Amino acid sequence: MFDLDKWQEIFSTIRQNKLRTFLTAFSVAWGIIMLVILLGSGYGLENGVRKEFEGDAVNYLSINPGMTSVAHKGTKPGTPIRFTNDDRDLLARMPGVTASSARTRIFGNGIISYKNEYGAFDIFCCHPEYAQVESLVMTQGRYLNHSDIENTRKVVALGRIVAEALFKNGEDPLGKYIKVNDVLFKVVGVFDDPGGDRDMSRIYIPISTAQKAFNRGNSINNVCVVMDGATVEQSRQAEEAIKQNLSQRHHFDPNDTRALFVFNTINEYQRFMSLFAGIRTFIWIIGIGTIIAGIVGVSNIMMIVVKERTKEIGIRKSLGATPASIVGLILQESVLITAFAGYSGLVIGVVLLELVGNNMPNVDYFANPEIKLDVALSATLLLIVSGVVAGFVPARRAASVKPVEALRDE
Amino acid sequence: MLQTENMIHLRGLHKSYVTGSNSLHVLKGIDLHIAPGEFVSIMGSSGSGKSTLLNILGILDNYDQGQYTLAGNPIVKMSETKAAAFRNQLIGFVFQSFNLISFKNALENVALPLYYQKISRRKRNQMAMEYLDRMGLADWANHMPNELSGGQKQRIAIARALISKPKVILADEPTGALDTQTSYEVMDILKEVNAQGITILIVTHEHDIAAMTNRIIRLRDGVIAEDIRNGEVKKIKEMAFAAAI
Ligand SMILES: Nc1ncnc2c1ncn2[C@@H]1O[C@H](COP(=O)(O)OP(=O)(O)OP(=O)(O)O)[C@@H](O)[C@H]1O
Ligand SMILES: [Mg+2]
Repeated sequence: MFDLDKWQEIFSTIRQNKLRTFLTAFSVAWGIIMLVILLGSGYGLENGVRKEFEGDAVNYLSINPGMTSVAHKGTKPGTPIRFTNDDRDLLARMPGVTASSARTRIFGNGIISYKNEYGAFDIFCCHPEYAQVESLVMTQGRYLNHSDIENTRKVVALGRIVAEALFKNGEDPLGKYIKVNDVLFKVVGVFDDPGGDRDMSRIYIPISTAQKAFNRGNSINNVCVVMDGATVEQSRQAEEAIKQNLSQRHHFDPNDTRALFVFNTINEYQRFMSLFAGIRTFIWIIGIGTIIAGIVGVSNIMMIVVKERTKEIGIRKSLGATPASIVGLILQESVLITAFAGYSGLVIGVVLLELVGNNMPNVDYFANPEIKLDVALSATLLLIVSGVVAGFVPARRAASVKPVEALRDE
Repeated sequence: MLQTENMIHLRGLHKSYVTGSNSLHVLKGIDLHIAPGEFVSIMGSSGSGKSTLLNILGILDNYDQGQYTLAGNPIVKMSETKAAAFRNQLIGFVFQSFNLISFKNALENVALPLYYQKISRRKRNQMAMEYLDRMGLADWANHMPNELSGGQKQRIAIARALISKPKVILADEPTGALDTQTSYEVMDILKEVNAQGITILIVTHEHDIAAMTNRIIRLRDGVIAEDIRNGEVKKIKEMAFAAAI
């Protein structure tokens, strides 16, 4: 296999048949470029979707009240459901719930100011546990705590964007007082949120303080419950239990789809994960299809090569070439061309992917197209095997050439 | 090897070509003995089976019936690998259309049989150069076949046939594609080769070429119709000469 003479023999035939060699090599390289781009894009898609999810935890349920659509036990259709602190307390006690928080959003109409700087940002009124839902990372100070809730302290945690908008010239926001709808709040912390800019253009204040300061009684907009370690099945059961409990409390039909909206991230995440699995399977099927097409292509060309070289093979046989040496000649040529071309295709594909990845605008659900080293290595190995497979049939055909027929003058 | 032993020994050799439902019986019982060092020409009309016979002798084709012994080796149905070894060691081929490999230069073409004997590149190029020199073609070593004349190509083919030091040279119409002058030059070379003890069989249509050999075998209707030796060959030579005048 590694005998130098054989290589010299092969190189001399390749040198003499440049166009043919080029065409074969091109078809293989093209196939591999497509494969790399396909794999890379699939990976980019997966990266992108994962990134979308990274913003929030994937182990919580968000429960939003709606409006009844059917009559039930004296409740008329069209009755809005309103949550209070009691709803949060009820859901917090449910089995499997590891943390919970109320949430009241006061959208962008809240004017927030510090000295001469001001802006309109979303105001989130929550419990300390809400940090788990948003996967917040404190960069300065602390988040809200239980004592803030109990003592209805006027404290606030700022998103990075908010902090940058209000505190210019590197002024330290910690301990400063900002105005939220004309009420002064003391800054206790600044956070980053992997969810992106929108999630960092927010401020968080204790729910109890918000209810008191902005005259909201004990009402809340939403409850989030974290179910750490719960399976999809458990989360679905919890979803059902929540509907049952709340329908009894608020007197609506548990089957009324408009009265309560539950967003189950455990279930959603699972759905995306199976989507990835589907995409991955799809890419592999296409990838294997591409490789098979490549093998068939090389095989076809080698078949033509063998036909073209029938006379030469006949001459070689009359001079004492054994079938094994003929098989080796064709097979080695096939492997050499496939491996070389495939490797070039791999490199070109990776470079293209890199270029696309670096020059691509920020698009949702697509990020960092790339191909992993082990995938690239196995692709290379696969190529060599492909070369053998592609060359096998033509090589056998070449070896079985009958010298007398090959040498007959037409 | 016994002095009396034959280089080529054929007994009752039959060969038919089967194409579809038709069967063409080409060789119908050939008995032939050729001693070492003979220079034999095979003649016969077109389609009489000369090439068929030569191909069987060269183990390029198989036969249906009979016996064939080459240099003491019984040639029976054998693996392609074994046949390759016999061709490589015992036989040198020369063809009408030269059959040089077009993308190899003269030197590489001549050296090729030694590649299949696993002789090192250096050694085989050196030997190929020697043989080219003997053919007076040393200056043409690096030329490709399409840059050479017919006579030069045939001399390269002869060098290639000789380089593996075969016992027999089999040549199917070696002068068929050459003009008279060049044909004679090629025959002179073959005579020289024969003088060194190598058995030679050529197929030819031309009487003057056949007359340069020591024995003429004429095929007709699938059997040997005539087998003329030595002195008689001279007679034919004179006849050919007379005819030429
Ligand atoms: N592979 C084959 N299949 C079928 N028939 C064949 C085959 N090879 C040769 N023949 C037939 O066998 C007969 C003998 O052919 P062969 O080539 O031996 O003749 P030849 O004496 O060499 O003729 P020529 O002087 O024209 O070269 C011819 O009729 C030819 O058509
Ligand atoms: Mg013939």
